[in-house]
Amino acid sequence: MIIDVERFFAQNRPHWQELEKLLDGMQAGAKLGYDDARRLHYLYERTSADLARLSTFAAESEAGAYLSGLVGRAYAEIYETRRRKARFSPRRWFFRDFPRTFRQHIGAFALAVALTVGGAAFGAFALAIDPDAKSVLMPFPGLEGDPGERVRQEESGPNKNLQGHHSTFSAELMTHNMRVSFFTLALGITWGVGSVLMLFYNGVILGAVAFDYMRAGYTVFLLGWLMPHGVIEIPAILVAGQASFVLAGALLGRGDRRPRRERLREATPAIVTLAGGTAVMLVWAGIVESFISQYHRPVLPYEVKIAFGAAELLLLIAFLGFSGRKDAAP
Amino acid sequence: MTGRRLTVRTPEGVEFSWPLAGPVARMLAVIIDLFCIGTAVYILNTVLSLFAVLTRDWATGIAILLYFGLQIGYGIGFEWLWRGQTIGKRVLRIRVIDGEGLRLTPGQVILRNLLRAVDTLPVFYAVGGLTCAITRHAQRLGDLAANTVVIRHQAAVAPELTETLRQRYNTLRQWPHLCARLRQRTTPDEAGIALQAILRREEIDPEPRLHLFDNLARHFQQKVEFPPEALDGLSSEQYVRDVVQLLFETTSRRPEARVSA
Repeated sequence: MIIDVERFFAQNRPHWQELEKLLDGMQAGAKLGYDDARRLHYLYERTSADLARLSTFAAESEAGAYLSGLVGRAYAEIYETRRRKARFSPRRWFFRDFPRTFRQHIGAFALAVALTVGGAAFGAFALAIDPDAKSVLMPFPGLEGDPGERVRQEESGPNKNLQGHHSTFSAELMTHNMRVSFFTLALGITWGVGSVLMLFYNGVILGAVAFDYMRAGYTVFLLGWLMPHGVIEIPAILVAGQASFVLAGALLGRGDRRPRRERLREATPAIVTLAGGTAVMLVWAGIVESFISQYHRPVLPYEVKIAFGAAELLLLIAFLGFSGRKDAAP
Repeated sequence: MTGRRLTVRTPEGVEFSWPLAGPVARMLAVIIDLFCIGTAVYILNTVLSLFAVLTRDWATGIAILLYFGLQIGYGIGFEWLWRGQTIGKRVLRIRVIDGEGLRLTPGQVILRNLLRAVDTLPVFYAVGGLTCAITRHAQRLGDLAANTVVIRHQAAVAPELTETLRQRYNTLRQWPHLCARLRQRTTPDEAGIALQAILRREEIDPEPRLHLFDNLARHFQQKVEFPPEALDGLSSEQYVRDVVQLLFETTSRRPEARVSA
């Protein structure tokens, strides 16, 4: 026993407690002045030295744990170099950060689009050569029937089931779509394999449904039915796919020699921003799908619905392509 | 202090470490959190059912959104506000921290919670539990992606030895040469064990307590044999206490013990 533990504690405890108080203050949100910052650094170095001495000369595990915890907390405050934004501004985030992040990772988005389009082509092709495959490709009761019948039913008047349930339906759509999107995003952790399958499968269903209605001659109905919400909903899921590929890209790290942890650390803000963007888009799509998409010809002419959808699509492209370009770089 | 630890080496060359939380503690925390979410949903439903008298459609819609928001937002909200803790984690004294010992960012909190969708596959955190059991830092997939770890909380109280050790008359002091030999022969590990035993003696049940101090006393007697009259009327516990006092309360003033203020 080389160290006089009792004396050591008695002499240094005031410094430890001062450091602890300073850290508590910082975690409660207090701002440090110049003198405080210097004091913090001094106390941190001193406590580090105490920890080093204690672990070299004595086996007092509880004091060691205490000092270790203290040094750990101070370390987190001192060596954190990631910029902390003064205040999160939803407006700046949505109109600047989200579109910018989208453009920065446009390659991942293109991959998601390619997969979905490929899936759609496969779905349409499969249904064309084997009409019996419908129940396999579209395992949903609402879509299995004859398109003509569905159109007649939809056009016979406002959906009775939906009367007075628009908000409920809208909420169901939003949460369901968000669940699917976030799940697609999370599948990025499988090095992107799961996301590839998910996006391709979504494409297959989309292609098969579209082909089914187009073959029966209901292209206009289909566009009027799907476009008002689909032009936002489908891109939203593609953005989630984009986020999953950003995650997968950071995991794989092709051509990047930094350790995986660092690559992920760098990718995290982009993934989270894209996830947030997806959520916002899906809220909009859910409202439109419940309150507009379910009204058909006698009530709402298809031309109006298609025009509305086209306008939304143009706005979306303009938003993702150009919003936040002008401001100074972050 | 067994189990896996996250060790960080600071640029000053000092190492500190956090004990990591295992799958079991984390699972218990999750169960508590699920219970909290369930309770919150129940309360919300009760409130909204009053509201439903006015408009049923809106009430149901809001209930669905709130339920979803609670599911996703519970973990994110609490871990951000409470610096890495939820109610369940607080109860079990565990905490999420950054994988390199730095500050937890909101992005990390959101990402690790979004990846819960994969960790809960196929039933009740099977994937997450498995990865937590096999990865070096006990991380589930969400932790790996967000570069976070879950640690066990350490003692938050500055150590107080003085009260325990500054005590009455110490019989063993009558044989200074034996005391010196005891200090010389005792390793830091042995001293640490004896000290811990003394500090925590009130937490131990009577029977194991007797047994423990008997063992310790025998061990130290084998190291340095004090004359029989030194042990007269001295219980094993008092004996160990005296030994600890001798070990930790050095009266000599060596240079390495002196710290200039």
